[in-house]
Amino acid sequence: MIELKNISKNFGKLTALDNLSLQCHAGECIALIGPNGCGKTTLIKCILGIVLPGKGDILFKGENISNSFQYREHIGYMPQIGRYPENMTVGQVIEMMKEIRKSSALDEDLLNQFKLYALFDKKMRTLSGGTTQKVSATLAFLFNPDVLILDEPTAGLDPLSSEVLKEKILAEKKKGKLILITSHLLSELDDLVTQLIYMQDGKIRFHKSIEALKRDTGQDKISRSISMILKSDRHE
Amino acid sequence: MNRIIKFVILDILKNRIVLIYTLILAVLSWSIFSLEDNSTKGLLTLLNVILLIVPLVSVIFATIYQYNSAEFIELLLSQPIRRKKIWSGLFVGMTTSMILAFIIGAGIPLLIYAPAGIGLMMLGTGCLVSAIFIAIAFLSAVLTRDKAKGIGISIMLWLFFALLYDGLILFLMFQFSDYPIEKAMVGISALNPLSLARILILLRLDVSAMMGYTGAIFKDFFGTTTGLLISFSLLILWTILPYYFSLLRFKRMDL
Amino acid sequence: MKITTPLLILLHFSLFAGAKTIHVGDTYPVRRIQAAIRQAAAGDTVVVHGGIYREGNLVIDKSLVLLGMNHPVLDGQKKFEVVSIKADHVVFDGFTVQHSGYATLSDPCAIRVHHGNGITISNNILEDNFFGISIQFSKNCLIKNNRIRAYGTLEQEIGNGIHCWKSDSLQIIANNISGHRDGIYFEFVSHSVIWRNVASDNIRYGLHFMFSNDDAYMVNIFSRNGAGVAVMFSKGVKMFSNVFEENWGDSVYGLLLKEINDSYIQGNRFINNTSGIYMDGTNRITVEKNIFGGNGWGMKIQANCTDNTVTHNNFLGNTFDISTNGTLVLNTFNENYWDKYEGYDLDKNNIGDVPFHPLSIFSVIVESYPPAMLLFRSFMVTLLDKSEKIMPTLTPDNFVDNMPLMRAIDL
Repeated sequence: MIELKNISKNFGKLTALDNLSLQCHAGECIALIGPNGCGKTTLIKCILGIVLPGKGDILFKGENISNSFQYREHIGYMPQIGRYPENMTVGQVIEMMKEIRKSSALDEDLLNQFKLYALFDKKMRTLSGGTTQKVSATLAFLFNPDVLILDEPTAGLDPLSSEVLKEKILAEKKKGKLILITSHLLSELDDLVTQLIYMQDGKIRFHKSIEALKRDTGQDKISRSISMILKSDRHE
Repeated sequence: MNRIIKFVILDILKNRIVLIYTLILAVLSWSIFSLEDNSTKGLLTLLNVILLIVPLVSVIFATIYQYNSAEFIELLLSQPIRRKKIWSGLFVGMTTSMILAFIIGAGIPLLIYAPAGIGLMMLGTGCLVSAIFIAIAFLSAVLTRDKAKGIGISIMLWLFFALLYDGLILFLMFQFSDYPIEKAMVGISALNPLSLARILILLRLDVSAMMGYTGAIFKDFFGTTTGLLISFSLLILWTILPYYFSLLRFKRMDL
Repeated sequence: MKITTPLLILLHFSLFAGAKTIHVGDTYPVRRIQAAIRQAAAGDTVVVHGGIYREGNLVIDKSLVLLGMNHPVLDGQKKFEVVSIKADHVVFDGFTVQHSGYATLSDPCAIRVHHGNGITISNNILEDNFFGISIQFSKNCLIKNNRIRAYGTLEQEIGNGIHCWKSDSLQIIANNISGHRDGIYFEFVSHSVIWRNVASDNIRYGLHFMFSNDDAYMVNIFSRNGAGVAVMFSKGVKMFSNVFEENWGDSVYGLLLKEINDSYIQGNRFINNTSGIYMDGTNRITVEKNIFGGNGWGMKIQANCTDNTVTHNNFLGNTFDISTNGTLVLNTFNENYWDKYEGYDLDKNNIGDVPFHPLSIFSVIVESYPPAMLLFRSFMVTLLDKSEKIMPTLTPDNFVDNMPLMRAIDL
């Protein structure tokens, strides 16, 4: 569904993405992990068209996305820190997104489960970080997109809401959607993801399915498997 | 596009700084016009407001607003909208709000107290000056990702256009006073939107002195309808050009 | 006017007992005015009824009263001097005189008075003439309530509205003159008054006044004249309560004073002129209780002016109140109201406690370099002006009003 071909991106002298290629398919739930500054966010932003890659092509459903914007109606994006015009109310933000998307098939599950209706008259600047994240999450799922890109989705959410969100992700996965998650909380990913991409220095260190990963390392937790791999690397 | 304009206006009009700006303009204009028995002093104060305060507030507020809404712009970018639409939406939204603030704050007392010709001219130039300095703010906001640097550039540009430029012309004039540099001076003045705005208002405000000179090139130029049209076109160009360059940059920009 | 004319007629009747009245018109035995004048004897009255009279040059050579009923029209057909008055004590009242000839040497007029005494020209309408009324070598004439209009565009192609030359004791009252070269022209005229006239939109001066001593002009309105008003080479001139307005242009002045001595300028209003008063070589003039409002320059005082007093005037909303071309100041400016004054008055005596320097540095700069006007009211220039006001370095520091008033004078 998404295909990256030899993507490179430099920010001045810093190489954020280095000749990176990747294929993601519908029905996959991919965890994108790696140390800080490894290029995860840049990769996501490239897919979203927020960052324009220096070299290489990105295909979405087979179409090159450069100079295109329509493809983004198939993507729901939840940023790491959602910032909204501070004088707008929750209701207005959601209203604005609805007007921008002009989508008729709305998925209001999260809207109901997070009880955001009660907060519709609250201004964005009065919301706590967690509540803002709830708004972001709701917006990402609201338009029933084929692809979900979630940047640190559970950071800042209370355990209850975090659970709600995970349930939602699982449900969407079952519908055969492509889900891309970055997270530092590896323990949270266990039940969710089918594949794992580990990035380092703008490159993909490995891209494996969870089964393969666990089999190779003999561990049953993702976090342990990864630390195993990283340790063995260091020994080599 | 209009969706974004609507929401930006909605957001800015509730912004505390814009409310304070409107309030200060209103208090200032109403008080100078109602306290002074002749309107000339009030007009002079408003002239300085238009030439100094309006551009300063516009440029700084727009720059800060740009940086503060970086994440919001990012969010918009992840939606199926053209970059151009986002940028123009922001620009039109912001300009409309600031012009509205200016009209409510200073425009209404101007129209009530000032002679019609001067009042309309000041209102028109004030609105254009707001738009021009928002466009300049947009340009400095895309020039650097560093908020402090961006605000710095904006303030420097304001300083240059509002204060230094005329000093420079004055200096040139003294240096080359033996040469026929009248035409050059008109040309150079027209290149600075604030000098141009000032001269346009001056032609109304000090009409007896300004229109008195025959043979003086600026009367022949600015005093005619054609000159007026050219002047306003230049001011509009001063809005379009910085905005256009900022748009070109924004289209290629990583956020 | 309606009262005075019959009075004058009565006067004539009483002076010349047995005077008769001749009627001229289509329905009367006498159809031509010239014929009536031939029939008449001094002291008679000729009543001319409405209609158009093309009589070439009408010569009035007897002391007659000519009364126009319903404004009979005397048409010069662009060829003749229309009316020539060549006797004393003539009254010429109630006519329309139009289309005088045009000639640069003989200067044909609508009405010419030559060596006349006690002439009255009143209530006439003068349309489209080369010169309007010309008074030469005459005394005790009254020019009153005439409407004089021409449509000149070039100075050399049109004469003056009321042209007075080498005369004495004239009264020019309540005339309305427009479209001529000079509205009212005075040369070598003394002991005369110009009162309640309106001279507007004339090609050159509203009032052109030269070599004429001991005259007064009062309560006139001079507006939108090509070069304003010029008063030159005279002394003992009283200028009271006139209005000078909207005279715009380079070397156009509300009031130009050149070589004027011992005169008074009082209670006038100088409104929206490029320069309110321009003083060149004037001495011992008192400028008092005038209003200078909305002018480019309130007063331009050349350095060759001495012992002039400028006091109790209101300077309101002028771009520059005063400017001069030199550093020598031999005139006094005291107790004026300057709206640009920003001082304070702690003892509340309505006189500011700090002196006011009415001369702005920028006006001095502009005086020598006019294009600098382009920078006016810019921040730098305002800064320059403010600092100069606080610490005069370039402008003469005795150019000062030591007792600036805090409030405008009620004028």
